[in-house]
Amino acid sequence: MAFVYNFPLFSIILSMFSAIISSVLSGKWAKRVSLIMVCLVLLMSSGLLVYTHSTGEAVTYMMGHFPAPWGNEIRFGVLEAVMAVFFSIVMLLSLLGGMSHVFADVEDTKTNLFFVLIDMTMSSLLAMIYTNDLFTGYVFVEINTIAAAGLIMIRQHGHSLVASIRYLVMSSIGSGLFLIALSILYGITGELLMVPARDGVQVLRESGNYSLPLLLSLGLMSVAMAIKSGLYPFHTWIPDTYGYSTTTASAVLSSLVSKAYIILLIKIYVRVFGYAYADAGHILNVLFVLGLVAMVMGSVEAIRQRDVNRMIAYSSVAQIGYIYMGLGLGTEAALMASLFHIMTHAATKSMLFVSMTGLREASGGKTDRRSLSGAGYRNPLAGITFLVGSLSMVGFPMLSGFISKLLFARAAIGVSGKMLPALLVLALSTILNAIYFLRVVITIYSPQGSDAPLDNVMDDEGHVLTPEAYQEAERAKLQTEGVFLAPKAGALVKNGPLMSVAMVLMMLLNFFLGLCSGPITEALLAGLRIFG
Amino acid sequence: MSRKKQDYEHSFLYHFRQWVAGNVDPLEGTMEIRVPQKKAAETVAPDLKQIRTVYDPSKNKELKRFNRLYKASSLLLVLLLMGVLIWAMGFMPEIGAEAAPAHNATAGRYVEKGLEETGAVNFVTGMILDYRAFDTFGESCVLFIATICVQILLRVDKDSSWRKGRKTEEAEDSFRPGEDVVLQKVSTVLVPLIFIFGIYVILNGHLSPGGGFSGGAIVGAGLILYVNAFGFEKTERFFTGKTFKIITVASLSFYALAKTYSFYTGANHLPTGIPLGVPGAILSSGLILPLNICVGMVVACTMYAFYALFRKGGF
Repeated sequence: MAFVYNFPLFSIILSMFSAIISSVLSGKWAKRVSLIMVCLVLLMSSGLLVYTHSTGEAVTYMMGHFPAPWGNEIRFGVLEAVMAVFFSIVMLLSLLGGMSHVFADVEDTKTNLFFVLIDMTMSSLLAMIYTNDLFTGYVFVEINTIAAAGLIMIRQHGHSLVASIRYLVMSSIGSGLFLIALSILYGITGELLMVPARDGVQVLRESGNYSLPLLLSLGLMSVAMAIKSGLYPFHTWIPDTYGYSTTTASAVLSSLVSKAYIILLIKIYVRVFGYAYADAGHILNVLFVLGLVAMVMGSVEAIRQRDVNRMIAYSSVAQIGYIYMGLGLGTEAALMASLFHIMTHAATKSMLFVSMTGLREASGGKTDRRSLSGAGYRNPLAGITFLVGSLSMVGFPMLSGFISKLLFARAAIGVSGKMLPALLVLALSTILNAIYFLRVVITIYSPQGSDAPLDNVMDDEGHVLTPEAYQEAERAKLQTEGVFLAPKAGALVKNGPLMSVAMVLMMLLNFFLGLCSGPITEALLAGLRIFG
Repeated sequence: MSRKKQDYEHSFLYHFRQWVAGNVDPLEGTMEIRVPQKKAAETVAPDLKQIRTVYDPSKNKELKRFNRLYKASSLLLVLLLMGVLIWAMGFMPEIGAEAAPAHNATAGRYVEKGLEETGAVNFVTGMILDYRAFDTFGESCVLFIATICVQILLRVDKDSSWRKGRKTEEAEDSFRPGEDVVLQKVSTVLVPLIFIFGIYVILNGHLSPGGGFSGGAIVGAGLILYVNAFGFEKTERFFTGKTFKIITVASLSFYALAKTYSFYTGANHLPTGIPLGVPGAILSSGLILPLNICVGMVVACTMYAFYALFRKGGF
């Protein structure tokens, strides 16, 4: 066996080990350990990707001395390697982008605990990507949930405490349902590892025994993962969670944590139950409809938000809807589009949250739309990053969002009964996306207050106002409404060096996904074929 | 003729009625109660007042209606889910039936070959610490991450810049448990026994029912009893935040390293070089004994840490 095949084990254990030792280090050292760990994981995953891509086969790796039905096991092919590489890149960039805010938002004696949570999140993400065992999946879902709740809470701010309780309650319901589903599946097949469980499911489907518990188990697993990743009717925890956490936490939670659950769900569909079974049980249809509803409702809710951070969070609801819509279409191409959209959304959402932090700093810590006006001039790099992110979300060519929309549209063609709704909602959702994202882009690039009045404006006593006087009056009015007013001499806000680097790299990543999508989609497709 | 009992106020019936009506607290004066110190003056910000009116169901009709609808629909949803699950139970294989699918070759092998392959007489321990050790490592990390989260929320750091200028001494006194002679005498007898029993359960995890999780919980309960009887000054002579950190980090690191070695050799089909020993002997079954000790220490520390954090926000 090639030495490269040990890398998934090493990367999982390395991230857990760094979490353990970070709990006794100082915040500064914990930060270094975290960064080194993520870089090493990135290197190892890249090595694995190169190797698995050249061999083109999936490998099962025993976790211990006992083979499949008895011992734990992980399994990896091209798809898992792509996801691991991509997740570690996004994790690294989110860490860099929010680093200075971590030290500002977190109590200074507890900063090392933040990195403990980040390391644990990383290990659980990797384990969920690689696992070939349903129960291992559950254990790491738990770790991920608790670590995520900690990441939200660590700001110790009224809003974030409420958000974390809400997240914990919703997520625990999800975990509970997943555990019930797992117990049912174990009760009727007697297996916990994915491949033997698939054989068990196969036998049950042929004999027709226990058909109701089998369907129930699949249904409960889908609902559990839908709750945890925030599909439309279960999305209520999303806006507070993403909107009030510290930057790195928002970026990691929105772009990685919720995606890992979807990857686990896809794995369960493809590897355990078989996609055809999920289709026959109408579960895919339900997901399809919920996905479509989420695409519209998420955007509508986003349009109604005044706070831009919450608007970005609501946009996540819509994007999760895209992914479930692709799952619901039920073809290989659609599944691949969903996987690509997982990457697109992860790259773009983390970028939006980081750039939003930059814009917020340029607007006196406020994130309502009126305070943000002109912020693109006060913090040019963050403005450009936000612009690129918004265009990508809307689906501008050359950016990754365009490719995923194209892939979804192509995949929808020819799927009987689902083609028309998918295409129509895709178009509608694009327009809605454009409405709220471009509105913010226009706001951040329009100067505060309006410049000169169009017509002659008169004050109370009937004198015609000069433009300067008009502006003064406007500013005074805004000030009484509690809107942040930038100093007139357009003070530039300096981003930290790490944050600037992160924003530039995030833009490059987005362009890379948009311009070189060919090899990535090929690798995803190849990985998907050996995924089952 | 109406007759009124002379000392009605002292009768049992009167006291009982008062208790039923909620006018008397029977435990008053018999328990250790921390009375929150009164604030100097109740000042409510005007916007807070407004918020209170908005969120007060008696003043906000819309909220009241929503609350009712919310309660009714959540009840309905829960009942529906319960109904579905109970209904599905009828279709599940009978518990303990010989023909149940769970009684297949997978489970059979744990029973038939477990002793030979893991060296553990207790199959359950053999399963969780050898066959499925990766899951168990994950479970220990769940405990670890849970303590981290509780620390974030509840740990009071005196040297934190967030606490500058706040009083911390005033609260110290109220953490001291009451001097309860009965509790102290009883725990003098019980605590050593509990510790010995817990350690026995941990060390014999591979030989008899028990193991790290259950033994650790027993030791942790003993520690909590001890601190309740004698106070934090006594426990801090041997168990401080530093001890907690050292024990947790050492145990989990050992677990991580030992299991990485085991996974690595297993997956690469290398011999481990760890002897399994004679089944039934205390020093047997390879790594299971040290791993049980690690898990036990982590669990005991976690239980005590939760208690200490909730009680006084630190060790």
